[in-house]
Amino acid sequence: MNIISKLAIAASLATALTSVTIAQDNLQGLVVGFSQIGSESGWRAAETSVTKQQAEALGVDLKFADAQQKQENQIKAIRGFIAQGVDAILVAPVVATGWDDVLAEAKEAEIPVLLLDRGVDAPEDLYLTMVASDQVLEGRVAGDWLVADVGDADCKVVELQGTVGSTPAINRKQGFEEAIAGHDNISIIRSQTGDFTRAKGKEVMEGFIKAENGGADICAVYAHNDDMAVGAIQAIKDAGLKPGTDIKVVSIDGVPDIFSAMVAGEANATVELTPNMAGPAFEALAAYLKDGTVPPKTIITESKLYTPADDPQGEYDTRKSLGY
Amino acid sequence: MKRLQLERLANPQLLALVAVLLINWLLFPNFFRITWQDGRLFGSVIDVLNRGAPVAILAVGMTAVIATKGVDLSVGAIMAVCGAVAATMVVAGYPTPVAVLAALCVGLVCGLWNGFLVAVLDIQPIVATLVLMVAGRGIAQLITEGSIVTFNEPSLIFIGTGSFLGFPMAAVIAVVLMILVTLLVRRTAIGLFIQAIGVNRAAASLAGIHSRMLLVLVYALSGFCAAIAGVIVAADIRGADANNSGLWLELDAILAVVIGGTSLLGGKFSIPLAVVGALIIQAMNTGILVSGFRPEFNLIVKAGMIILILMLQSPLVGTALGFFKRDSRQATPK
Repeated sequence: MNIISKLAIAASLATALTSVTIAQDNLQGLVVGFSQIGSESGWRAAETSVTKQQAEALGVDLKFADAQQKQENQIKAIRGFIAQGVDAILVAPVVATGWDDVLAEAKEAEIPVLLLDRGVDAPEDLYLTMVASDQVLEGRVAGDWLVADVGDADCKVVELQGTVGSTPAINRKQGFEEAIAGHDNISIIRSQTGDFTRAKGKEVMEGFIKAENGGADICAVYAHNDDMAVGAIQAIKDAGLKPGTDIKVVSIDGVPDIFSAMVAGEANATVELTPNMAGPAFEALAAYLKDGTVPPKTIITESKLYTPADDPQGEYDTRKSLGY
Repeated sequence: MKRLQLERLANPQLLALVAVLLINWLLFPNFFRITWQDGRLFGSVIDVLNRGAPVAILAVGMTAVIATKGVDLSVGAIMAVCGAVAATMVVAGYPTPVAVLAALCVGLVCGLWNGFLVAVLDIQPIVATLVLMVAGRGIAQLITEGSIVTFNEPSLIFIGTGSFLGFPMAAVIAVVLMILVTLLVRRTAIGLFIQAIGVNRAAASLAGIHSRMLLVLVYALSGFCAAIAGVIVAADIRGADANNSGLWLELDAILAVVIGGTSLLGGKFSIPLAVVGALIIQAMNTGILVSGFRPEFNLIVKAGMIILILMLQSPLVGTALGFFKRDSRQATPK
């Protein structure tokens, strides 16, 4: 894809994603620092590019700092932003603890701090707001889809969990279980960890298929992220079954490859973890700067369900350009 | 009398493998069921062969390294780098043979780098290979730009998911590699030289062995094996996952070598038994998957089994049980 078409997509996306109207006037010309964790995943890369696009569309001068997974780099970056006298700071914190001092320094300098994607263990008055997704809700949306999709038919589900003990794995499991509770026709018969990776997702699914009568007893697979689902789809195909038809596939995140699987009819639903954490953050910031409206401490992003009816090819192309 | 028979018929590694497979069978009665499907064998045992192949391949190179009293921590990261190279080149439109060859060359270069640090600069192996273990994953992320590079090139995918005479391609590659390297070290004097370096490098050098060159070669072999494993893993999932490909597999490979009876202090080694070690590890993993344990127990079950297997191999326990006696430090030329 050439630069011009990339820019065109980026621009059209940026306008589509935000309610630019409120924020535009108030943020024009402001300087905002953004301390990003790093680029450890495609989603993170997409979050970075969406944030940059949002800033550009709003006329914000975004100072970007990549912390390469280290908290000390983030703290350095934030101190740097304070020294430069920026108007606001966005932080995607790499860990939850150890932020009190640097956040207090920002507060002293009267620079509002907005947290993206993850929370911190610090007094709430040290930051303006946190924009994050509701992981339990994500699981529930996935579960609700399955409940609606199977109707009264019996459905045995196998679950591919995230890394054992990780917060998203616990929450997404809980949400899904809440959704299917009370629907006795749906039950989770097997649940194992695929460590959020494609390779493990495939390996675990291979095991499930062998264990459940060659896959004939499995009605659906619920994966805590799309990567594991993509692995599972390959395992289902290798077993001579049709993913999407013989075994339904529902997962969470909304990465490009799950949309290309949908185009091929091999995935049924995904719940988007939006990379657009900056949009709501800029909106809250604009309202705050305009008339001092204090936003809620937690702003929950939408957990939108995508199915093959939602133009998967278009979604794939859009997302691919974000650097997933 | 009984002791003699056991000593001849079986060694502890094969016994352990059989035991793990039997436990799997008890937990999951269909474990040994193999069917023919779409021109390939299909079943849990085949899964063990297929999924165990990457670690088995790593173990082949790792055995040689450990036999020289070294260790190669960088193999997991090299896997990620080589997978990334193969995937990005195929996506960029290069033909599969070129991409695979490039990936193998990169692995070889990584191995030569390790060998240079260890043999020429005399840096301790654990430190020397730690450099690439950390840096390698970063390099892989640079190549893939942080995302999973997905490809649909059938010839490359075949390396990971294809089959040969019904057996998974990955397992076939692992067996061929194991046989070739075993022949190389056992039919020539190289194996003896490697053992000699492991037992006493200074003495080996004095005896006229080019220990420096041999060390470089051994690390190059390990890098090359890692490259093969990396290409297989990437081909298997049709994508190069720089963050997760080969993650912690260096430890599995070391464990496989240790289960295979090779001492971390160097010297006597066995490549086929290290491959058996890799199969034992994978048989446990697959067993856990089909048994339906809760995932919280995975690591506990694995740890318990490994402790048991290593205990069976300990000379003390071995003598006590009368299973076998081991002259652990004696380098016995064949």
